[in-house]
Amino acid sequence: MTRTGSGSATPVRAPRDIAAPGTGGVGDSPLRPDGTLKVKGEFAYSSDLWIDGMLWGATLRSPHPRAKIVSIDVSAALAHPGVSAVLTHEDVPGRKHFGLDHTWDQPVLAAGEVRHQGEPIALVAADHPETARRAMEKIRIEYEVLEPLTDARRAAFDPAYPQVQPRGNLARHQPVRVGDVEAAKARAEVVVSGEYRVGIQDQAFLGPESGLAVPAEDGGVDLYVATQWMHNDLKQIAPCLGLPEEKIRMTLSGVGGAFGGREDLSMQIHAAMLALHTGRPVKIVYNRYESFFGHVHRHPAEMRYEYGATKDGRILYADVEILLDGGAYTSATMNVVGNAASLGVGPYVIPNIKIDAYGVYTNNPPCGAMRGFGAVQACFAYESMMDKLAEACGLDPVTVRQVNAASQGSELATGQVIWAPLPMAEMLRQARELPMPPPLDASDIRNLPGGASQTTHGEGVRRGVGYGVGLKNICFSEGYDDYSTARVRLEVIGGEAVALVHTAAAEVGQGLVTLEAQIARTELGVERVVIHPADNQVGDAGSSSASRQSYMTGGAVMTACQAVREGVFALAAARLDRPLDTLGDLSLVGGKVVSESAGVLAAIEDVLGDAVIEETREYHHEPTTGMDPVTGRGDSHTQLALCVHRAVVDVDVELGLVKVVELAAVQDVGKILNRLSLEGQIHGGTAQGLGLAVMEEIVVSDGKVRNPSFTDYLIPTILDMPPMRLEILENADPRAPYGLRGAGEPPTLSSTPAIVAAIRDATGLALTRVPVRPEHITGSS
Amino acid sequence: MPERVHEITLTVNGTVRRVAVPGRRLLSDCLRHDLGLTGTHVGCEHGVCGCCTVLLDGEPVRSCLTFAVTADGHEITTVEGLADGERMSPVQRAFAECHGLQCGFCTPGFLCTVTALLRENPAPTDEEVLEGISGNLCRCTGYQNIIKAVHRAAELTAEES
Repeated sequence: MTRTGSGSATPVRAPRDIAAPGTGGVGDSPLRPDGTLKVKGEFAYSSDLWIDGMLWGATLRSPHPRAKIVSIDVSAALAHPGVSAVLTHEDVPGRKHFGLDHTWDQPVLAAGEVRHQGEPIALVAADHPETARRAMEKIRIEYEVLEPLTDARRAAFDPAYPQVQPRGNLARHQPVRVGDVEAAKARAEVVVSGEYRVGIQDQAFLGPESGLAVPAEDGGVDLYVATQWMHNDLKQIAPCLGLPEEKIRMTLSGVGGAFGGREDLSMQIHAAMLALHTGRPVKIVYNRYESFFGHVHRHPAEMRYEYGATKDGRILYADVEILLDGGAYTSATMNVVGNAASLGVGPYVIPNIKIDAYGVYTNNPPCGAMRGFGAVQACFAYESMMDKLAEACGLDPVTVRQVNAASQGSELATGQVIWAPLPMAEMLRQARELPMPPPLDASDIRNLPGGASQTTHGEGVRRGVGYGVGLKNICFSEGYDDYSTARVRLEVIGGEAVALVHTAAAEVGQGLVTLEAQIARTELGVERVVIHPADNQVGDAGSSSASRQSYMTGGAVMTACQAVREGVFALAAARLDRPLDTLGDLSLVGGKVVSESAGVLAAIEDVLGDAVIEETREYHHEPTTGMDPVTGRGDSHTQLALCVHRAVVDVDVELGLVKVVELAAVQDVGKILNRLSLEGQIHGGTAQGLGLAVMEEIVVSDGKVRNPSFTDYLIPTILDMPPMRLEILENADPRAPYGLRGAGEPPTLSSTPAIVAAIRDATGLALTRVPVRPEHITGSS
Repeated sequence: MPERVHEITLTVNGTVRRVAVPGRRLLSDCLRHDLGLTGTHVGCEHGVCGCCTVLLDGEPVRSCLTFAVTADGHEITTVEGLADGERMSPVQRAFAECHGLQCGFCTPGFLCTVTALLRENPAPTDEEVLEGISGNLCRCTGYQNIIKAVHRAAELTAEES
């Protein structure tokens, strides 16, 4: 890679250009261009960066969820051999706080008070990571420990509850009001209600937070980080360092998974502070324990739902309260609340709606973005309600959903008209008609719930089937213009036309680099595409979240390529010495400039010669509006995507063990750009929903995390994840590039309620919280 | 007090490497930091995720649960040593071809585990694949394409032997 301007050294094993050779345009399934590097162990993850003479940073964190800091004494740590710096809040060069979404309430390093367990207080730089950790233990902090404020309900509704932070305890209350719920209550023939809870889920990406800061000769810093959104990092980092943004050069390093957990900053400002202070490169790598405190989690939720319906199952009203605990700082809570409110009843047409969604501050672990983002929590509740309604009305779960299903032209709870196809009733029919897996063969103990640990012969095993439907907003909502930028350059290298694609968009594993190359091939008719490392030397690409990068950065690459293509056409006209408008409809196909009327005009290489055509384009989605603060009305979403799951489970009702036997998904993706990548996203999203259904929870008591390890926080293994059947539909969204719909999140919504519904079907239990644990099934809790 | 170091000799990917390490230096850190072989990844450092799996005398081990000194005199194969020169091994090619990876952080551990699995059992059934790699976590793929990749690797190995 090339670097200009900073005058600083480049690390070994730094990110580099990735050639994407071969063929494969939009709709094909070419292999990932980074796949070879990844299977050879040569892909430079942020934890692999190395530069001679670098120091190692370590972060001292609060053991208490709430305490006053009476004093900090760093002298013994500073005197420890091998230590170069020990920094506290006093050493933060610029602004002392940062945060997502304009709510800069998170201290770079705690000053005077800590508000959650694991809050960073001090930084150490030393010549070896073990030295840094040992020195860290010599920092003496005197705390005045306070009773943690952990009651989300009191935080929301009790004005006498002490304040977690100066903003007050209520981050956001978003109501949604449609029709007249009170009047509808009088007409309801069937009323069902439920209280549901969702535990704290962790993103549990496998590559812990890490990165490298290299001080530059111009007084700035080069940052090599694993993030989801470099430009938003930069907006927070620069003021805290007291540097102009142009003095901070950011390069995306290999990202070991993200799932929302890298949308907030972790070690970025800390490493940069240490590097600027010591004048030496500083690397910080969290271990797994620290990672559990190093990023925000999925908001836990308490939800109260009441639906009234006619006796044939048509919903008349929904009365809903959703309470989301954001922990000590704002992070993404505002937008998580917005999603929970606007999607609070999901893809169902309900004439009278009252939703109140709240996000609050407590001293519990900080929560923010995770795959599904507010829509996951609501989906578990509204899908549980649909099953409850089905039972009350004597309908089957598929029929009750079809009776109330939204479709193109109907309105969301916000009043936004669904403008694109939404064939939900048909998708449910397809899910139901998929072949069923074979019945349990109990003769092989490995087939039983609990597998090899089973102690019975399967006498207590019951099979269940359940359905779940999830509706997710794609791209950012509520008036946010989350545009993306792409720079595309076309030139002849070694006799062949090569397209170089440069964006700041984060490849986090989802396969964006594959897609960028496919789009360039399709739009420019070339085979050879090179993907430049993502950095901030090109404009903002927005976040790799909200399932938005295919849409937004895909759109930006498409439009930049189209602009380059126009340049090729103009050049072709000049070379042929003919006016452009006499050449007919032109395209770039198979390396040639082709006229619809006259056929092949020239090879792209011959047209280009020594010329280089480079174009940069921003891509913006259709504008959205905010939600009305009183009624929730508004055209707040950019795009909607739907996934339907059918889950089949075997449950040992005596032991409380669950085996998910099969998960089938029907998802509408608008247009399949790369089937292999797409299926991988649906598989992975489904697996994370399975984790939330039966395994994954950060257990918290008194504000403290009790299971910050992979020994105690369980994520699905290959034995937990069953085979999947997929049906993928292509009903185009006319507003989106190629008609595509974002695909990564919807399956994470729907697999959780489908699995829990299947367990209910097998056991007859109510099961109102996730994850479902053995004691919830056996009744022993 | 300076920490006592031990001179050890490891044969890593066929090359004899001498290195001085403290007694408690993990094999994973020794490989990554002392020998510069960062293809071996560290995901949890407590032996659960399997990202750090390497082959010790051909057998898969968690390098984060192994002290470097205990590998003294032994042969170690890391992900960097799976290819035969420029030609990637059948397991490496199968994972790339079947999209058996996304972020790829877990991949080196899977590749080492599967390499050993297929050596023991060149044509595993689905059940044997599940058991064989149930000690490696992947957070991205939902494992579906990893299972395909293992079977594809078995096919490629058979075709080429």
